[in-house]
Amino acid sequence: MIFSGRVHKFGADIDTDAIIPARYLNTFDPQELAGHCMEDADPEFPNKVQAGDIIAADKNFGCGSSREHAPIAIKGAGVSCVIAKSFARIFYRNCINIGLPILECSEAVDAIKEGDQVEVDLKTGKITNLRTSEEYQAIPFPEFMQQIMDKGGLINYVKERKGS
Amino acid sequence: MGMTISQKILAAHAGRDYVEPGELLNCKLDVVLGNDVTAPVAISEFKRLDLDKVFDQEKIVLVPDHFAPNKDIKSAEQCKIMRDFAGQYGIKNYFEIGQMGIEHCLLPEQGLVLPGDLIIGADSHTCTYGALGAFATGVGSTDMAAGMATGEAWFKVPEAIKFVYYGKLSEWVGGKDLILHTIGDIGVEGARYMSMEFTGEVIRNLSMDNRFTMANMAIEAGGKNGIIEPDAITLEYIRHRAKRSFTLYKSDEDAVYCEIREYDVSGLEPVVAFPHLPENTRSVSEATGITLDQVVIGSCTNGRIEDLEMAARILKGKKIHPEIRTIILPGTQQIFLEAMRRGYIEIFIEAGAAVSTPTCGPCLGGHMGILAKGEKALATTNRNFVGRMGHPESEVYLASPAVAAASAIKGKITPPWEV
Repeated sequence: MIFSGRVHKFGADIDTDAIIPARYLNTFDPQELAGHCMEDADPEFPNKVQAGDIIAADKNFGCGSSREHAPIAIKGAGVSCVIAKSFARIFYRNCINIGLPILECSEAVDAIKEGDQVEVDLKTGKITNLRTSEEYQAIPFPEFMQQIMDKGGLINYVKERKGS
Repeated sequence: MGMTISQKILAAHAGRDYVEPGELLNCKLDVVLGNDVTAPVAISEFKRLDLDKVFDQEKIVLVPDHFAPNKDIKSAEQCKIMRDFAGQYGIKNYFEIGQMGIEHCLLPEQGLVLPGDLIIGADSHTCTYGALGAFATGVGSTDMAAGMATGEAWFKVPEAIKFVYYGKLSEWVGGKDLILHTIGDIGVEGARYMSMEFTGEVIRNLSMDNRFTMANMAIEAGGKNGIIEPDAITLEYIRHRAKRSFTLYKSDEDAVYCEIREYDVSGLEPVVAFPHLPENTRSVSEATGITLDQVVIGSCTNGRIEDLEMAARILKGKKIHPEIRTIILPGTQQIFLEAMRRGYIEIFIEAGAAVSTPTCGPCLGGHMGILAKGEKALATTNRNFVGRMGHPESEVYLASPAVAAASAIKGKITPPWEV
């Protein structure tokens, strides 16, 4: 899978309350959640994000609550991929499980600027800044995680195993 | 090579004698937990599997606690999804309003989580049960759905940090201060992906309620689990609660830790975490005088009987500052009842506090005490992120029930010895 999109940058320790505040958790409709995505970190984000855009964030992205609504909101907003220096554990797992592509790469986060056009090859972990033509190498997903992603998330993966 | 308690529990649930950090395991689960925010998503995913039954009707626990008692129509619909699912699939441990409590106070109290268990919960504070010597970790809704279907989940065996606490705690210092002090030391990602093992003479002498508070906040340092070796105090706690067999695990003498951190906590003052991260800790003396609008005592971190006992001790015969809204939430119906029998509820109401039925409500800015723009709260909860308790421009300070009660009386952050 190769994605190309415009980058929105965020700082360190962006928690799941910032990604989707709890006051909106009385629904799990992706489009409704997307309308409030990242709102407490950047109130303008839901209006300016476009399909295919990429989030680049500093360390510990997605810390805090286990709410799967956080990656659902990001995916619902049309974000194609999140690149961060590191991800909080539950958020990382949730992204794999719902099929929101993520990569860890400090170099890329440091070099990429707000608004840059970036290309991401999920299979190889290669990140290319199309503005500067610089390339960065992230560690690609292990194969079994790629498999879960290929099947469209953990439920489809389990469904297939149950059927076999 | 020796194993940590966490390695041992994971190994046992994967049918292995030995596992090492970094290994990926498929494990059998003892408990799968969800609440009214996370379970509806899990149920929706579960239904895509077209199964006519869950893996075990006894091992799934569903608790409406976040936006319950239903705060609005949408929340009522979410709770109904969970209630209907529990009925349809014969889930034994569904707790309706009137029996429910805040999940992480409720499950240990009901004996549903025991030493040696492997537990996943679609709530990040599931790590609370590590206080009993169980391996318990928070997951998302999809993992919960797969867990309900298969009774299994995959885990990466975590590396472990051993925290050793020695010395003598002063009168007003407890589990909340120890864990805030630790998070202040290592930071909010200091234990990311790792097991946090709490040990040492101070932990050995710590009550179960204080141990729950410590394990509860392991996630605030990024930890995968927080765990305490079970001992006589653990066994006394579960003696009348356990309705099934359990296993006591201990870390081997030669277990391998990626880091060992030692704390001499003699002379440690009560700790306050400043906005907007739990790692922004200072001693209460450095926080004294910050004016407040609201005080909240409760939550899965500090809503247990000893927490209420501490608050009652300080509030007895006193009046809460007229400009402070104080909300006290016993963690479960049983805790509420016990607090009433001991006279704490009367003390709280006479002091001018509002006492609420159990709910997570205010902790996550759901209901029952939302903050307006610019307002400040001191809470015994676990997170003080931007907008956590309400308006994005409100602020939350985290502290123990002792500091919270003293601050409620004075209207500003106050050390417990000053009231």
